[in-house]
Amino acid sequence: MTAWRSLASRRYSDHVLGALVWLSAAIIAGFFVWLLADMASQGLERVSWDFLTTEPERSGRRGGIAPMLVSTLVVLAITFVVAVPLGLATAIWLSEFTRANSPSAAAIRFSLDVLAGVPSIVYGLFGSAFFCVWLGLGYSLLAGGLTLACMVLPILIRTSEAGLAAVPDDWRQGAAALGLTRWAALRYLLLPAAAPALTAGLMLGIGRALAETAVLLFTSGYVDRMPASWLDSGRVLAVHIFDLSMNVTGGDQAAYGTALVLLALLLVVNGLAIALSDRWLARRITHA
Amino acid sequence: MNTPLDSATSYTVSELRQQAACCVPQAHLAIHNLSVRYGSKTVLNGVSLAIQRGCITALIGPSGCGKTSFLSSLNRLVDMVPSCAVNGSILLDGEEILTPKTDVLMLRRRIGMIFQRPNPFPLSIRRNLDMPLQEHGFKDKADRERRIEQALRDVGLWQEVSDRLDAPALGLSGGQQQRLCIARALVLEPEILLMDEPCSALDPISSGVVEDLILRLGGRYTVVIVTHNLAQARRIANYTAFFWTQNHVGQLIEFGACEQLFEAPVDALTAAYINGIRG
Repeated sequence: MTAWRSLASRRYSDHVLGALVWLSAAIIAGFFVWLLADMASQGLERVSWDFLTTEPERSGRRGGIAPMLVSTLVVLAITFVVAVPLGLATAIWLSEFTRANSPSAAAIRFSLDVLAGVPSIVYGLFGSAFFCVWLGLGYSLLAGGLTLACMVLPILIRTSEAGLAAVPDDWRQGAAALGLTRWAALRYLLLPAAAPALTAGLMLGIGRALAETAVLLFTSGYVDRMPASWLDSGRVLAVHIFDLSMNVTGGDQAAYGTALVLLALLLVVNGLAIALSDRWLARRITHA
Repeated sequence: MNTPLDSATSYTVSELRQQAACCVPQAHLAIHNLSVRYGSKTVLNGVSLAIQRGCITALIGPSGCGKTSFLSSLNRLVDMVPSCAVNGSILLDGEEILTPKTDVLMLRRRIGMIFQRPNPFPLSIRRNLDMPLQEHGFKDKADRERRIEQALRDVGLWQEVSDRLDAPALGLSGGQQQRLCIARALVLEPEILLMDEPCSALDPISSGVVEDLILRLGGRYTVVIVTHNLAQARRIANYTAFFWTQNHVGQLIEFGACEQLFEAPVDALTAAYINGIRG
């Protein structure tokens, strides 16, 4: 007469739920492994020290990717040298220096959210018109890096701001009550406590920047020679992959090899970002 | 009195408690006609009283009657709330602190504050005290080490943590964390300590230890403590101020020596509150 469900049926539904969760995780991991295996099987034999250090020949069918690697690193460096300080400062302003219901902060948050969703091709058009033509930078790594900085700033700012906002107010109050400056509170408490979120934002930004093709077609150009300076034009890895697979017959293997290098670069740069934030920020604070 | 505190400080509890007031009353903080507003909502109005130097002053009253707002006005921590406006006058040793000219960083070094929830920084035990010292310009490392040890001894924490000063402060128990926060305030050698229900988030034993500590701080420091525990106010305070909400605005109803307020309250509200809690 009781309405209790039997223990067996409750156990059964628990098992079903468990199986579903595991299955979902396995599918995701499986896709990643498949992708990796496909890339490795088609491109691994192409990757070698020579591949990384020589110039491409016959439109990339033979030779290496040294100029693209250099261009990519230069563009990435410009992007983050510009975007990180600017993004962090804006995030600090938004989370620490504006009132909770400030209209100007709300307006800026709204524009950032819109900007974060703008298609990259639009950034490309803007960068081409503003940096290349109006500022006279022409097709250059500098113009590409600056345009990419504009593109990753919204992500960087919003994730950093969320990270700072998640830091308990107790520490802000405690710091203020001790007569500490806002700068001291930021430096010793808030930024280190927000370090994981800052790193996550940075990694999202790096991923987006490394994957970007459209923006750089418009701003950094297409030529596959070694760039002479940051004002020279150059082809980044993502553009090179696009070109090899779309425009160069017989370029597939090189495209896969380049993609493997790009993936490895992403892992290395992300690892570097984690290590740096751990060294400079997170290690300062010690959770129990 | 048998406390787990070590004997580095020479203050005894019994001497303090024998006296009606701990000293010739001398206003350390003179508050006149203080009112606190958040936006258009007035939470505290027309409060005038004198916080006597070296004495423990307890603020009692129901929740939401403006005790914490009053406390946070004394070190201008209310400045952190953008919509908050404080009017009236607060004289610290005869000097007005409610002016834009007041150096709030210096003010907060002279007036320390302890919060309801222990809020040690997520740093090591040592860094919790060392960082504020450094920020206030104590350059000599040996000097800082000495001050840190003294502050930890003053709160009876030295013996418990001296062998693990570089361990995370958040690994301490709640009572230890609160004593660390008191040490963090003491290390800057403040004149006044503001305490916002410092025992209410602690278990009874830790609460007792912290209460004994506060009692020992009286005489050496001027202490203003918010408490909901009337028995505690009675045990430790020299003066007691009773706040109550009238017409949705917090007001000071009665202020006087602790014995007088508890034994022979003048105001009917005070009597009702004290008796109500008792009964």
